[in-house]
Amino acid sequence: MTELNELTLAEARDGLRAKDFSARELAQAHIAALEKARALNAYLLETPDRALAMAEVSDAKIAKGEGRPLEGLPLGIKDLFCTHGVVTTAGSKILEGFEPHYESAVTHNLWRDGAVMLGKLNLDEFAMGSSNETSAYGNVISPWRRNGSDAPIVPGGSSGGSAAAVAAHLCLGATATDTGGSIRQPAAFTGTVGIKPTYGRCSRWGTVAFASSLDQAGPIARTVRDCAILLGSMAGPDARDTTCVDLPVPDFEAAVSRGVKGLTIGIPKEYRVDGMPAEIQRLWDQGAEWLRAAGAEIREISLPNTRYALPAYYIVAPAEASSNLARYDGVRYGLRVPGKDIVGMYENTRAAGFGREVKRRIMIGTYVLSAGYYDAYYVRAQKIRTLIKRDFEAVYAAGVDAILTPATPSSAFAIGEKASADPVEMYLNDVFTVTVNMAGLPGIAVPAGLDAQGLPLGLQLIGRPFDEETLFATAQAIEDAAGRMSLPRAWWA
Amino acid sequence: MSVDAQTVRRIAHLARIAVSEADVAPLQGELNAILAFVEQLGAVDVANVEPMTSVTPMAMKKRADVITDGDRAQEVVANAPETEDHYFIVPKVVE
Repeated sequence: MTELNELTLAEARDGLRAKDFSARELAQAHIAALEKARALNAYLLETPDRALAMAEVSDAKIAKGEGRPLEGLPLGIKDLFCTHGVVTTAGSKILEGFEPHYESAVTHNLWRDGAVMLGKLNLDEFAMGSSNETSAYGNVISPWRRNGSDAPIVPGGSSGGSAAAVAAHLCLGATATDTGGSIRQPAAFTGTVGIKPTYGRCSRWGTVAFASSLDQAGPIARTVRDCAILLGSMAGPDARDTTCVDLPVPDFEAAVSRGVKGLTIGIPKEYRVDGMPAEIQRLWDQGAEWLRAAGAEIREISLPNTRYALPAYYIVAPAEASSNLARYDGVRYGLRVPGKDIVGMYENTRAAGFGREVKRRIMIGTYVLSAGYYDAYYVRAQKIRTLIKRDFEAVYAAGVDAILTPATPSSAFAIGEKASADPVEMYLNDVFTVTVNMAGLPGIAVPAGLDAQGLPLGLQLIGRPFDEETLFATAQAIEDAAGRMSLPRAWWA
Repeated sequence: MSVDAQTVRRIAHLARIAVSEADVAPLQGELNAILAFVEQLGAVDVANVEPMTSVTPMAMKKRADVITDGDRAQEVVANAPETEDHYFIVPKVVE
């Protein structure tokens, strides 16, 4: 028999509605699974009492026939979302013990719809990283291993805890955030599905800010349908975030079964980067073939400014981060380290509270915004962003409905394998995902196969603004053709 | 463009991050690696291109200028390292 925590979110929802099991039983199955999986370090904080209390409310609602859309479904929450009365750290020492007196808009929407909170998930510090190795609270270990090896593998990042927890069946789905690839890259590394919706689809209110013009929340789950269900609850207008759009939330789940007949899928030639492993190229070709077989038209397209997206991102994102992270000054919340005067207190607090990658990015951001460099770096990068966006607008205007690319330039690597002195080596992980954030578009990563080492590989689909529905339909066609990813058995339990 | 050790110290001070002397050289190397990576942007022709100011084409929402929240002084200071009577306490700044 399938354990309750191994059901998909949709199966669990339907099972609860049919009263095959209770929300309490479903929560307990997850609590037992995550207690046995502490070696993965996916959860920074487990909230079993809260989970059981929420599940009891759900069981009462279901008994009365008043079940809400996510009634009784246990989720993990990336520790970047502020949760009322539950410690929120952003993976940083500087926020150790911070207990918000408010609830983020996204998690509020999930609880409004009946979901159950299992705990807070590990992440790269302030979501800055691609391997979950920058967390102040330790690495997350992927449930995946290479064939014949027990070397610990990274789950990707920054939403590494979210991706690992979903892949290891420690929740039915998880919240995540994506500034340059932080939903899609870990999803690809762990054989899970992750969607970064269009910028403005989900409210950023109450989510710890990294780079405000790029940050966007989205779900990671085990199937395309599960992601569609979760996004339907996470998204929606919010007056408290002026960049959150006043658009009704479509029925994403209905879009999942639309099919791809008549759609035009673009294959951008600029994504064929030097040194791309042959198996990634093969997988990409295979993905195009699957979509053609399902009735889509495949068209080669050009996005000429693609190669400038990553360097421009490493100006825009640190610039915005240096401004956003100025608030951690030892005065209003979090850590304080004394100094000889107030400036000394600020400097000592931030030196002790921030990790190396965060300091590096704050300093780059400070430099590119400083007098004399602002036009040469920041304004130029924002102009290049306009060019990147125009590339996409041109292909969409020419009739392309969605764009198919690899999700990552390689499969997951081992912990410590990319710890070289050159930070750019790690940044290159996001080469295929970052363009999407720069242009504010929706992007989904969907598992498509395994590499020769037995690690998962994913494909990415990029859509028109506010057309996540086409992404769900197209990603479902890939999931159907590739077959549901068979996740690792629990070697950690 | 690359930064020298003196510039690293200046940036660190602007960013209000204490940096030990031993950390200056490694940071200098890391920052220069990033600056070398972004150098290629200099080759892009950006003449007559407007910088992006809005990710999605939408007018910024505005709300009525009315009080919508307040009376939460205790919650506002609840996470502060040091407070007194709903004030944040900082080291003395005026002699």
